Amino acid sequence: MSASTLRTVSPVSPSHEPSPASGDASLGATAASAATAASGGAAAPDGASATGGTAASTTPPGRRRTLRPGVVLSALVLLLALAWALLPQLFAGQSPTATVGPALQAPSAAHWFGTDSTGRDLYTRVVHGASHSILAATVAVTVGLIAGTTLGVIAGSLGGLVEDAIMRLVDVLLAIPGLLLSLSVVILLGFGTTNAAIAVGVTSIATFARLSRSRVLAVRRSEYVEAAFGSGGTLPGILWRHVLPNSAAPVVALAALQLGSAILQISTLGFLGYGAPPPTPEWGLLIAEGRDYVATAWWLTLLPGLVVAAVVLATNRLSTAIGQEDQA
Amino acid sequence: MSAPAPDRTAPTPDRTAPNRPARALDGTAQVPDGTAPGPLLEVSGLQVGYRTRRGLVEAVRGVDLTVAPGAMTALVGESGSGKTTVAQSVIGLLADNGRVGAGSITLRGAGGTAEELVGLPARRWRELRGTRIGLIPQDPSSSLDPVRTIGASIGDPLRIHGWRDRDRIHTRVLDLLERVGFDDPAARARQYPHELSGGMRQRALIAAALALEPDLLIADEPTSALDVTVQATVLDLIDELRESTGAGVLLITHDLAVAADRADALVVMRHGAVEESGPARQVLAAPEAGYTRALLADAPSLRQVVQRRPPAPDPQAVPLLQVRDLRQEFASRGSRVPFLAVDRISFDVAAGTTHALVGESGSGKTTVGRAISGFRRPTAGSIQVAGTEVTALSAGRPLREFRRSVQLVHQNPFGSLDPRQSIAGILEEPLRNYRLGTRSTRQAAAREHLDLVGLPQDVAERRPRELSGGQRQRVAIARALILQPQLVVLDEAVSALDVTVQAQILRLLARLQEDLGLTYLFISHDLAVVRQVADTVSVMRRGQQVEQGPVARVLEDPHHEYTQQLLAAIPGGGPVTAGTPRGGRPPVTAGSPITTGRSVPLRPEGSRA
Repeated sequence: MSASTLRTVSPVSPSHEPSPASGDASLGATAASAATAASGGAAAPDGASATGGTAASTTPPGRRRTLRPGVVLSALVLLLALAWALLPQLFAGQSPTATVGPALQAPSAAHWFGTDSTGRDLYTRVVHGASHSILAATVAVTVGLIAGTTLGVIAGSLGGLVEDAIMRLVDVLLAIPGLLLSLSVVILLGFGTTNAAIAVGVTSIATFARLSRSRVLAVRRSEYVEAAFGSGGTLPGILWRHVLPNSAAPVVALAALQLGSAILQISTLGFLGYGAPPPTPEWGLLIAEGRDYVATAWWLTLLPGLVVAAVVLATNRLSTAIGQEDQA
Repeated sequence: MSAPAPDRTAPTPDRTAPNRPARALDGTAQVPDGTAPGPLLEVSGLQVGYRTRRGLVEAVRGVDLTVAPGAMTALVGESGSGKTTVAQSVIGLLADNGRVGAGSITLRGAGGTAEELVGLPARRWRELRGTRIGLIPQDPSSSLDPVRTIGASIGDPLRIHGWRDRDRIHTRVLDLLERVGFDDPAARARQYPHELSGGMRQRALIAAALALEPDLLIADEPTSALDVTVQATVLDLIDELRESTGAGVLLITHDLAVAADRADALVVMRHGAVEESGPARQVLAAPEAGYTRALLADAPSLRQVVQRRPPAPDPQAVPLLQVRDLRQEFASRGSRVPFLAVDRISFDVAAGTTHALVGESGSGKTTVGRAISGFRRPTAGSIQVAGTEVTALSAGRPLREFRRSVQLVHQNPFGSLDPRQSIAGILEEPLRNYRLGTRSTRQAAAREHLDLVGLPQDVAERRPRELSGGQRQRVAIARALILQPQLVVLDEAVSALDVTVQAQILRLLARLQEDLGLTYLFISHDLAVVRQVADTVSVMRRGQQVEQGPVARVLEDPHHEYTQQLLAAIPGGGPVTAGTPRGGRPPVTAGSPITTGRSVPLRPEGSRA
C-alpha cells in the first residue's frame, strides 16, 4: 500500500507538502492503490476475488492517473506564487515602495520587470503584491466555502421549507452580477483589501451552496446513509460522519477553482480602486497604475497581467485535476 | 451450412495449439447428431490481455470452444472469469486497451469457407457485424437509444448494411417485430424505449440482432437484468429463433441452470481459462473439473445448497412479527389517484423462523420490508414486532430504540458500506450510536463479529473497496447483528453475488439463525433460493399477496396461477432433471407438471463435502 503510494507520488517531486498539488497527488495515489487492492486482493475466502478480468475490461486505459505535465507545471506556478506570498524577501530583497532607479525603465537584468513611474522596481512590487492578492483570495474562498457549504448542507439535509427558503435566497444571489454584488458589499463595508476579499467571498456563497446541496442530496440517498440511520444514527451524527466526508471532494475542487477567480475579482476591485489604497503593491492596483503608460511603458500592465493570468490558469488546471480524480 | 466440413470428425483440431491449457478436455463441444457437421465458430487457444497501468493483465488464457450451426454453446463462469472478453473478441469489440495475444477465431461461411477473425481490419469487421455475427447485449435498458423509436433502432443494421428503400426497411422491421412476439408491430415501431418493459426492450434488441439473419448470435447475459418469468420467455424466443433460422448461438451466462436448460455444449470458465467443456448433458451428469462440481453444488435451482434444521416454533407463542392489512400509497405525478404499491398484506412470522417475501420487480416486496424495518410509515395497516406497533413509533428516540431489535441488510453490498470508513469503524458505529460499552469493548465486539461471519481479523483495518462482494455482504450482515437484533430483514441480500458466494452466504445465514435464534424476513425474487432457506412464504404480485403459507405447501402445491408461473420459470428444469435433450423441455404453461417434478434432482447430500 505505502509502496504504491510512494511510486505514484514520486514523479511529481517529493517536496510538495503544503500545496494543493500534494492533495491532488495523494488523491491519485489512494485511487490507484485502491484499484490495486480491489483486483489484487485475491485472498478472499468467498472466491469472488477474480474481478481482475472484468475490472480491466471496463476500466479505460489508465491515462487518467498519470500526472500530466500541465498539472505539474500548474503546481509549480502556484507554489512559486505561494512562496512569493509567504517569503517575499527571499525573491526580491528591495522594498516594494522604495525608489531604486530612474522611472519607466524597460525590463533589464537589474530590473526584471522594469521600473514604474516613480522608479520603483516592478518585479519587487509584483512579488510583494502576491501576499495581498493571494491571502485576500484565500479569505474570499474561506468566506464563500464556509457560508455556502453550511447553507447547502442545511438545505440538503433538512429539506422542506428550510430548503426552499435557502435555495430561493441563493437564486437571488445568483441573479445579481458578481461584480455588482461585490462592489455593493465593498461600498457597504468600506474600502480595503480585507473588505474586498469578503465582498468577493459573498459572491461565491451561492455556487458553494448549490454544489454542496446537490452533493448532500446524492449522498443522502445512498444506501450507506440509510444503513447508518438503520443502525441508530442521529441526523447530526450522520451528517458529520458520512455525508460531509463523502460530499467534500467536489466542493474542494470548486474551492480551488474559486481561488483563481477570487484573485481575478480582487484584482478587478483593486483596478477599479475599491481595494487596497495606492502605495500597496496589490496586483490589480499595479495594472491600474500602469494603465496610463500603456503606449510608452507596456511592461507596467503586461507583466503583472501575465502573472495574474498564469496563477489563475494554474488554479483552474489543478481544480480540474482534483475534480477528475474524484470521478475515478 | 450444408457444406461438408470434414474436420469435425477430428474431435480437437486444435490439439496442437501451443497455448492450450493443460486442463482443457478433449472433445470440445461435440455437436449433437443430426445437425450440420462443421462448426460455425471455432475459437482455439485464444489469449486476450488488457494493457493497464499495472502492466498487461491476462484476462483470457487459452480458451477453446466451438459453436455448431443451429446449436447453442453456453459459456459459463462467474464475474471476472473472462467470458465477456471472449465474446467481445469474437465480435471484434474488445475495449481499446485489449488485444488478442495468441490463438485463432474462425467463422465458417455458407460455402464452407473459413475466415480468420483475429487481426481483421476494422472495415471488414463492420461488414461482418450484423450480417454474419449478431449481438444481443446484456442490459436492455441502456442498449437502446432513448431518443429514437424502436423501429428506427431496429432498422439501423439494415441501413448500415446498404438498404436504401424506406418501404422495404419498414416492412422488414415490422416483420422482425412480429417474429420476436410483439402484438401490434406497427404501433410498437413508433414507440420509444421508455414506453416498453425490460422484456419488450430485450425482444426489440433481439429483433435488431436478427435483422440481417446472421449465422452466429452472441447473447451476452441476455436475461440477467430481467425478471424470472420474463427471462424464461426471452430464452424461449432465442431458442425458437435459433431453430427457425438455423443460427448458432453463443450464450454467455453466469447461471449454470440457464445453460443447463438450453445449451447443447457447455464451456465452463474460471480465471480466464477453460475448466471443463463438452456436451451439456455429459458435463452436467458427470462433471470432471472440481470447479464445475462446485458450481453445480452451489446452484440453488439445481441442488440443495443449504442444510438447515427446520425450527420448531411453539404454536402457542405470539409470533415475533405480525403484519396486518398493510397498505402503502405513493403520490403519483400528474394524477390524483395515488399509486398503490402495497395492498392488504398480512402475515405472521414466528420467532426463530424465516419468512420469505417472493415477487418480481415492482411487486412491492421491498416496500413491505422497509415498512417493517421502520424506514417508511405505511399508509394504513399494522406491524407488530415483539409487541411494538411499528407504525405508531414517532421519529427520534422511540424509532431509534426500535431499530435495535430490527435490522435491515441491503441488496447491494457495494452501496451499503461507507467507502471512507474502515471495516472496524463500520462495525463499531452502531454500538457508538447507542453508547454501548467502552472503546475497547466495542473493538472486541467488532472483532468477534468478524469471526462470526467468517472474516479474517485483518479485514478490520481495510476499507470496503478492498473487499470482494461476498466479503462486503458479510460485513453488512455483521453490522446488522452487532446490535443483537431479534428480526433481520434481508432485502435481496444474496442477489448481487456470484453463485458460489451466494451459497456461502446462505449457509452463513442458516448457521447464524441456528446459533443465535434469529428471525429472518427474506425478500427475494428467486424461488429456488427461497425453497431452501424459508419456512413460510408470501408470494407477491403488483402489491398484492397472491398466496402464502408454509414453503413446502406453497411450492409443492401452488394454488395461484402466478405462483405456478414463477415455479415454472425457475431455470434448471431441462436436461439435468429429465435426462432428455433440449427440446424435450415442456412448454412453460401454468400448472405444468415440471413444477413439482423438479424436486427430484435435489440431492440433499450433494457433492460438497
